[in-house]
Amino acid sequence: MKNSPMTITEKILAAHVGEKTVSPGELIEVRIDLALANDITAPLAIQAFSEIGVQKVFNKNRVVLVPDHFTPAKDIPSAEQCKILREFAKAQRLSHFFEIGQCGIEHVLLPEKGLVLPGELVIGADSHTCTYGGMGAFSTGVGSTDLGAAMATGKLWLKVPESLKFIFYGKINPWVSGKDFILHTIGDIGVDGARYQAMEFCGETIRKLPMSGRFTMANMAIEAGGKNGIMEPDEITLEFIKTRAIRPYKIYRSDRDAHYAEVKEYDVSKIHPLVALPHIPSNVRDVREVGKVEIDQVVIGSCTNGHLDDLRVAGRILKGKKVASSLRLIILPATQEIYRQALKEGLIEIFILAGAAVSTPTCGPCLGGHMGVLAEGERALATTNRNFRGRMGHAGSEVYLSGPAVAAASAIKGRICHPEEVMKKGGKGSRIPGVK
Amino acid sequence: MKLEGRIWKFGSDIDTDAIIPARYLNQSDPGELAKHAMEDERPEFIKGVKKGDILLADKNFGCGSSREHAPLALKAAGISCIIAKSFARIFFRNSFNLGLPLLESSEASDSINDGDRVRVDLNRGEIIDQTQNKKFSATPIPPFMQELLQDGGLIPHLRKKRLNRGRR
Ligand code: SF4
Repeated sequence: MKNSPMTITEKILAAHVGEKTVSPGELIEVRIDLALANDITAPLAIQAFSEIGVQKVFNKNRVVLVPDHFTPAKDIPSAEQCKILREFAKAQRLSHFFEIGQCGIEHVLLPEKGLVLPGELVIGADSHTCTYGGMGAFSTGVGSTDLGAAMATGKLWLKVPESLKFIFYGKINPWVSGKDFILHTIGDIGVDGARYQAMEFCGETIRKLPMSGRFTMANMAIEAGGKNGIMEPDEITLEFIKTRAIRPYKIYRSDRDAHYAEVKEYDVSKIHPLVALPHIPSNVRDVREVGKVEIDQVVIGSCTNGHLDDLRVAGRILKGKKVASSLRLIILPATQEIYRQALKEGLIEIFILAGAAVSTPTCGPCLGGHMGVLAEGERALATTNRNFRGRMGHAGSEVYLSGPAVAAASAIKGRICHPEEVMKKGGKGSRIPGVK
Repeated sequence: MKLEGRIWKFGSDIDTDAIIPARYLNQSDPGELAKHAMEDERPEFIKGVKKGDILLADKNFGCGSSREHAPLALKAAGISCIIAKSFARIFFRNSFNLGLPLLESSEASDSINDGDRVRVDLNRGEIIDQTQNKKFSATPIPPFMQELLQDGGLIPHLRKKRLNRGRR
């Protein structure tokens, strides 16, 4: 008998319970390939782990700790949290604890280090763990207790999600990137439009996107309430992992006749640079329609848009220009490697000459942690993923979200604007780096 | 399990930054976290909340980050149960893992008012508004989740499983 058709998500889950098939709604216990936690979530996970009463983590090569949120430690309590991670990593002889100086934002760092691979099942005590779907892994965020239990058992219970299919096609407009595609999607389906569901992104446009853009899209699946975001691996994926993979891996693809709860099609020739207005990521508008919005701060970075490609876009726009005197521009390369590469390419110099503050990799301002917290009444435009009330500081501050092109252009203008306001229309370089 | 308390009513899409702002996450002591629960959203909440009180919300409660500090802060503040039209996925897991029960009921979410006295029978999935003298039913809690609640959360549940295995 032929197996019933499955989506890529269902196939990966089935492989991790050791069954031929699984179907949506089923409660399963899966084997995990990797468990991740950061300086906020690991202390509680470690506590949960120690309360279970086991002595050792299930596999010292498969538990990864990344202190990236309040680091380099911004105050004494943060330093204490990091110390808990450091001591646990040492006691458990973890192979992958990333000390400051080798660290970076977890969701950019792990793929870069080849620690996550296609076809794998990864959980992380961080909601943006869904990022790795960009390379065809099933990955999802959990809380600290789940993570603590998973560190002990190497397993996790979960419900097989229904899948939603998003097909992107058409010609990509100038200055448009993966960020605009995912903002468009969230604007369309809402912040709970994919609640408990798998978001599968496909179509000719996705095939043209560089890995950075794919990670950006999968990263924000959680902003639509999704359990995971996922894309089938292709040559671009294989090229990315060729020199990085530290283990063998397996490629899964959706069956042609797989079942989807819903299929949506988006013609990207109709999508222009977008902005999400406060205080919810679904409040999406064409940048030309937001009116005159003056801003106090621009942040370019985070697990969503702190990739080298993002910095390259910002560099093109900021080259030879100055940041508006009324505004602060903060740029955070997501990892040490990206920082080094940006330095080599002359991007850091462009940023500094433009008047930007360039920071060591950290989540920092993205969650109102440090390195650019907002005061009451201040307004920021950020390439991050959440614009909830108080997300970047005072409850009376505002956060707007966009891709790196709009962010860089707006930093020059002092107000939210289309990149064409500072760059020649249709000029060279208006394509996002890496887009084929 | 039966619970009883005053209702604290909230709207839809209450995110984890509203439940516990990230600026307080440089530590994870439940008592400390509780002091700031819902601080930006509704400052009087933490001053008035009493042990056993029940939180009521519209749809998609707990969306956003995976921080378990969110249900932990509410539980430590005294909240015994949360009723909403729907919950965000990670928040849902986290709450049951911590032994904090959640109930889904659109009717209850629409009809019950802030400040009402409410009684909840978890086993029967029954919500009784004593102020308005009205009764609502919630979506039944899946058996696995009920087991977690009975054991007091995922960790005590796993500990128990380990002990049982040891005895066999
Ligand atoms: S960059 Fe922002 S969203 Fe990403 S992991 Fe850090 S705090 Fe979370």
